[in-house]
Amino acid sequence: MIKAVIIDDEPLAREVVKEYLLNFPQIQVVQECNDGFEGLKAIQQQQPDIIFLDIQMPKITGFEMLELVENMPAVIFTTAFEEHAIRAFEVHAVDYLLKPFSSERFDKAVQKWLDQYQVTPASTAALLETAAANPVQSNRVVIKINGKIKIIPVQDIHYIEAADDYVKIFTQEGSFLKNKTMSFFEKMLDPQQFTRVHRSYILNVNQVTRIDPYEKENHLAILRSGAKVLVSKTGYPRLKSALGL
Amino acid sequence: MKGKAWWMFIMSFGVWLLLYGGLLYFWFDIPLWQAVTDSAVHVILLGAASMIISQNVAYYRPTVESMKFGYVNVVSFSLSVLWVCLSRWILKSVFVSDTVYLHWLNNAIPIHGLVGWMIITGIGLRSQMWYDAEDVQEMLQRKEANEKIVREAELFKLRQQLQPHFLFNSLNSINALIMLRPKEAREMVLKLSDFLRGSIKREDEEWITLEEELNYLQLYLDIEKVRFGHRLSTEVVSDENTEKMRMPPMLLQPVVENAIKYGLYDTTGEITISIRSWIADNMLYISIQNPFDNELQQPNKGTGFGLNSIRRRLYLLFARQDLLETTAVEHIFTTIIKVPQTHDKSSNN
Repeated sequence: MIKAVIIDDEPLAREVVKEYLLNFPQIQVVQECNDGFEGLKAIQQQQPDIIFLDIQMPKITGFEMLELVENMPAVIFTTAFEEHAIRAFEVHAVDYLLKPFSSERFDKAVQKWLDQYQVTPASTAALLETAAANPVQSNRVVIKINGKIKIIPVQDIHYIEAADDYVKIFTQEGSFLKNKTMSFFEKMLDPQQFTRVHRSYILNVNQVTRIDPYEKENHLAILRSGAKVLVSKTGYPRLKSALGL
Repeated sequence: MKGKAWWMFIMSFGVWLLLYGGLLYFWFDIPLWQAVTDSAVHVILLGAASMIISQNVAYYRPTVESMKFGYVNVVSFSLSVLWVCLSRWILKSVFVSDTVYLHWLNNAIPIHGLVGWMIITGIGLRSQMWYDAEDVQEMLQRKEANEKIVREAELFKLRQQLQPHFLFNSLNSINALIMLRPKEAREMVLKLSDFLRGSIKREDEEWITLEEELNYLQLYLDIEKVRFGHRLSTEVVSDENTEKMRMPPMLLQPVVENAIKYGLYDTTGEITISIRSWIADNMLYISIQNPFDNELQQPNKGTGFGLNSIRRRLYLLFARQDLLETTAVEHIFTTIIKVPQTHDKSSNN
């Protein structure tokens, strides 16, 4: 049996997917979710093979939810928003269905996935790994702490530090880990506001109060919170230009 | 010059002709036929000179302020000299043998020259002012027309931004209902049609009553309720006397749309959107309340795009910045729109 989860905030939209899925008796809808929070939980608990995912949903978007998913299922987006299509394929979605879609169009998407799935199951997870390297600029970051989802507006971020496979995001409330690379954040954050000042640091330039020389060619940026962030030789001119010096 | 100005021009010179002829006849004791000829030659030629200078400044006026005065003076001085010479030459040819008259004519040259110069200069400057004023007025009209076009285009654009996602999601709901509950599907199709027809019709209408706007909004809310099911409920309370109050169309819908968007997308629970209306200080007040999550909304961007466009529209309509207020208390976001009622309802501004 193939397990599916439908994540959409409109009950009738879920009904459409359920009805269209009747054409595929081998696929069973194990859960329906109203939003990304429920969706994330359902993915963890049910380990579905495929999810049907809306993008515009309460609190967090479908894309943001995917960032937090660990065992990635195959994804078919169902949305009325045409403008997210490119990004959907960047995260290697199986397909992108524009609402309202026909049963034929839906069958084609599912059949395409079934054909691939039978050949190389779970290959989508590998694809999604590489996909995360292409984020779009956003004004918030979603993280997961103790199974809870937290949304951090980017201006609340003081700086970001590299930590192995993770990054540590420092804010007023403390630091949070996220399973993403530095270059992911470099691309995601507005370069006007965030500068890569060091191999291991991305800095919110609005937080800087002072820059002191430090050791040979390095500098130290002193933040409002009192934290000190190392600025490398190559990072220093970048920081200066971001500050308009 | 327009018809009226022409008549004024001809009449003035007619009167001058009579006055000057009378002066020559009664005061200087010049024989009648001679007085008439002298007056006619002088005044008609003076009229011609005035016409020339007036037409001249109609087609050419120096753009530099300091040059304007000088230009008219130079032209009017040359015309005066020409006028004196020409009238003298004509009169001399007519009364070739009348030495007394010719002597008098010679003596009068400085007086003729001075008076003629004053009149021609006066008319030249007056024409210049008149044509300048006409230019300014024309420019103002153009500017106003241009502003109107810009304003209309902007309003059109702002209204356009409302539709597509709502429409596609509604169609998707209908798609589901056709299978599940065909009767409701039909109802939804009818409501959606009424709603769309309303929004097209509204493009031409300038002002509508609050009652009409609320009826229209109800269609929108009903459609959204079908889409979001039990998550969305609405509460509309309007003071009795507000129903006939007038307001620009399509003003409330984006605010309500915004309220639904923030209400439904910032929270995961059930939400209620409340719409209230009342009158105070001869203004129609409409408040729209929705729950929101203040953790998600950054304080500096609290109003969002939807409300900025409403603020802009209110400004274009009333030239006032204070007609949209927003407050966020606890988890309730309130938008208040004020519509001045003193405004001329039939005008398009």
